[in-house]
Parts: sequence; C-alpha cells; structure tokens
Amino acid sequence: MTAVEVTGLTVRYDGATALDGVDLTVADHQAVALIGANGAGKSTLVKALSGLVRPASGTITVNDRLAQVPEGREMFPDLTVDDNLRLGAWRRGRRNRDTQRLYELLPDLVPLRNRKAGALSGGQQQMVAIGRALMADPEILVVDELSLGLAPLIVGTLAAHLRALHTDRGLAVLLIEQNARLALDLCDHAYVLEAGRIVLHGPSAELARDPRVTDAYLGAGHE
Amino acid sequence: MSDLVGYLLTGLGIGSGFALVASGLVAIHRVTRVVNFAQGAFAVLAAMLTSTLLAAGLPHGLAEVGGVALGAAAGLLTGLIVLGPRRDSPGTTPGTALIVTLGLGVLAYAIEVLIWGDQPRSFPGVPGVAEIASARVPAHYLLIIGVAAPVFLLMALFFARTDLGKALSACASNRYAARVVGIDVRRMGLLAFALGGALGGLAGVLTTPVQQVTFDSDVTLIVNGFAAAVLGGLTRPVVALGGGLLLGVTQTLAAGYGGGAYQVEVALVLMLTVMIVQAARAR
Repeated sequence: MTAVEVTGLTVRYDGATALDGVDLTVADHQAVALIGANGAGKSTLVKALSGLVRPASGTITVNDRLAQVPEGREMFPDLTVDDNLRLGAWRRGRRNRDTQRLYELLPDLVPLRNRKAGALSGGQQQMVAIGRALMADPEILVVDELSLGLAPLIVGTLAAHLRALHTDRGLAVLLIEQNARLALDLCDHAYVLEAGRIVLHGPSAELARDPRVTDAYLGAGHE
Repeated sequence: MSDLVGYLLTGLGIGSGFALVASGLVAIHRVTRVVNFAQGAFAVLAAMLTSTLLAAGLPHGLAEVGGVALGAAAGLLTGLIVLGPRRDSPGTTPGTALIVTLGLGVLAYAIEVLIWGDQPRSFPGVPGVAEIASARVPAHYLLIIGVAAPVFLLMALFFARTDLGKALSACASNRYAARVVGIDVRRMGLLAFALGGALGGLAGVLTTPVQQVTFDSDVTLIVNGFAAAVLGGLTRPVVALGGGLLLGVTQTLAAGYGGGAYQVEVALVLMLTVMIVQAARAR
C-alpha cells in the first residue's frame, strides 16, 4: 500500500505549466520530503493532492485519510483553538470530535484551548494547524512549509513533534519544505522539485551528500 | 412619558422586523460574501402565503410556519441560482451575485402580482391593546418582540455552541481552511441562504398584521435591513440586531414627534452616513 502515488502529474494555470510530469510516491509509514525553491511548484502539488486544482494530465492516488497542514497555517482566526481543532475532525462526525486525546498528544495546546486562534503567535498557530490535521485521524500528514516564518527554536520543537508522530505512531508524512536541511534531517526519503519537474530523488542521506543538493540547497545561505 | 414608552415599544417591535431581515443578510454575507438584495422578497412571499393559508382556514401558528417555510425555500432557491446547482459549480462572483439577487427580487414582484395581485394584503395578529407603564401599545408589537428575542438567542446559541454553527462561522472566517478540513463550503452557503430566507420570512409574517404588505414592501424592508446590517459591516450579527432595533425606535420617535412621512429617509440617511464613514476609515 502507498499513502500517496503521483504519476506523470501535469498542472497548468492559464497555459503556464506549474507541474510537468511529476512522479512521487509516499509509502505507508514513510516520511518523505519535497524540497524546492519558491515557485518550483511545491504548493501546486499540495493543492493537486487535496483536489483543489485539477490536473491537466497524470494520476493521483491518495489514501482517504490524508490530512493537510496548509502553508501559512490557515487558522480560523475568530474561532477558539478548541473550535479549530474540533473542525479538523469535521469529516469524521460528531462522535469523533472530542479533543481530549489530542491535548494529551500535544499538551502545549492545553493552555491555549480557549484563546482565539488569530491571537496566537506563528509557532503556536503552526502547532494548532498540526493538531487540527491530526484530529482527522490521518494515516498521512501533508505538511506544507513547516518552518516558514518561524524562529529556529520553535521549528525545532515542531520538528520533534512531527518526528515523534512518525516514528512512534507510524504516521506517514509528506513534508514540503524550503529549509532543505530540516527536511532531509526529518525524512527518510526526499524529492527535489525545480521549475515543475522532479530533478533528483532518493534516500535523504544520499541527497545530503549530493553536490547538486549541497550547492543549491545546503549552502551557506541556508545555514 | 407614556407617549415615549409607547413609541419605544412600537419601535422595538418594528425594529425587530428590520433586525430579522438584517440578520438574514448578515448570515448569508458572512458565509458566501454575497449581498442578497432578494432578502426583502423572502419576507413578502412569506407574508402573502400566510394570508392565503389563513384565508383558507388554517389556524394561526400553522399558517405562519408555512409562510416561514416558503421564505426558507425561496432562500434556498436563491442560493442554488447564485452558487450554482452542482457541488463543483464555479458559482458567481459576489459582485455578479448581487445583481443576480436584485434581478430575482424583481422576478419575485412578477410572481407575487400574478398570484396575489397588486393590492395590499394583511391578516389579523394578536388583537387588543396592552397597557404598560400607562402607555397603550397594540398587543401585536409585544408578540413581535416576544418571538424575535428568543429567535436571536437561539441563533446566537446555534453559532456559538453547535458544530454546524461553527462550521458556518469557519466558512466566514477562512474559506480556504474550511475546504482544507473538508467542510463543503457550497453546502454551507446554501444552508446560510435557507436560514436567511427563514429569517426574512419570519420578519414578513410577524410585521404584516401591523404593516400591510404589498408586492413592493420588500424595498422598505431591504433598505432598513441593509442599513442595520451595514452598521456591522455586514458581518457582525449582534451589531445588525442593535442597528435594526435602533432604526425601528428612531423611526417611530421621528414619526411620533415629527411626521410619519420620513421614515424610510431616516434609514437612508443613517445608511449613507455609516457607509461614508466606513469608506473614509478604509482609506
């Protein structure tokens, strides 16, 4: 079984090609990183996975239980943290919307439960976004830009949570990330997307040594 | 003094009607971003049907429920036309939708004149006059307040306490995130339209016994309802409620101490002032 299977995916916006024949696989319980610069097409891939954009060609097979941590965190700002979390389980019906188990999993959220999500810091919101996705009881978590705009210390905490979810609970992860060092560190396998095409893929340890990756993505500017 | 109490109660009764229309506008706008100018037509349709049902011998209560149900159905139909018939329909932009609802309001005129004619209609409400603090107020105004108040309370509880209410608020708060968590934004929009239709319908059946209804009564309702809703930027239900009550009281006071001919103008001046102030602040 695979959690995500994408073959020959091509997506065009008004004639401009955003994704061009992308193949990508996330096996069950696997953590996979998708690395790429701004505008490489990472977000388009996420949208295609969630059915928010329609592909021009290619096939996408995703596990029903895919939940998304969207880029920019996308809170419901006027609702409380608890309501944000409950709505994460919207598809699962009323009986499965109890947030108690999630607070045991992410205790950092307990003191925030009655605050408006819009009033939280970026790091807190990212934690809520992860919690909201977990409320869907997913088998694969698609995380779109975990670290964007967040301080390194907070990113470390979030990454630790994500790693624990993957290793302890067998959650499959597709991490879309600009910070290649973080992504390669967190995931077993990685793909490199450039201008809508997969130019490299393989085990993270190999990619981390590949000069094409070290030069472009792990250089001094990315420390 | 007794005059003042009388005007206040009457104003609150009329204002409750405006507030119901305004709440319908806000419910629809929050979830769909559509300004629904067919909102007044829901009230007229509901009132017309209620008068027919009462004339056919249906008891009070049942006839009014029938009217409100027609309002909700008209709201749902408006939603289907505006948002598109299928799950993946692209729908119209909010700007286009505004014109579509305006057109549907005019279409409603034709249907109403065809079925009910162009003469004013009414039906009896609660008979008699109540005496409160030595003020004499037609008892029906107290019924309007007595029905509208719990409806507003129930609405507030629905949005604050139920998951469905929160899902509606979620669509208003962040549409993209609503889609991410799997909320069917279009279906929520249809629900908002049906709710808006029911609220408009309720306004119609409640106020018709004290203000006759004609096919074009929707103009007064929509002008006042919109003025109340625009106070809260079309997104804040509590402000819309307060705005509706304020308008009702102001108009009754103006009519009581001044002349009755300028009631709609009060709403228009208020609405224009609010919009100019808000536009200036948005700069």
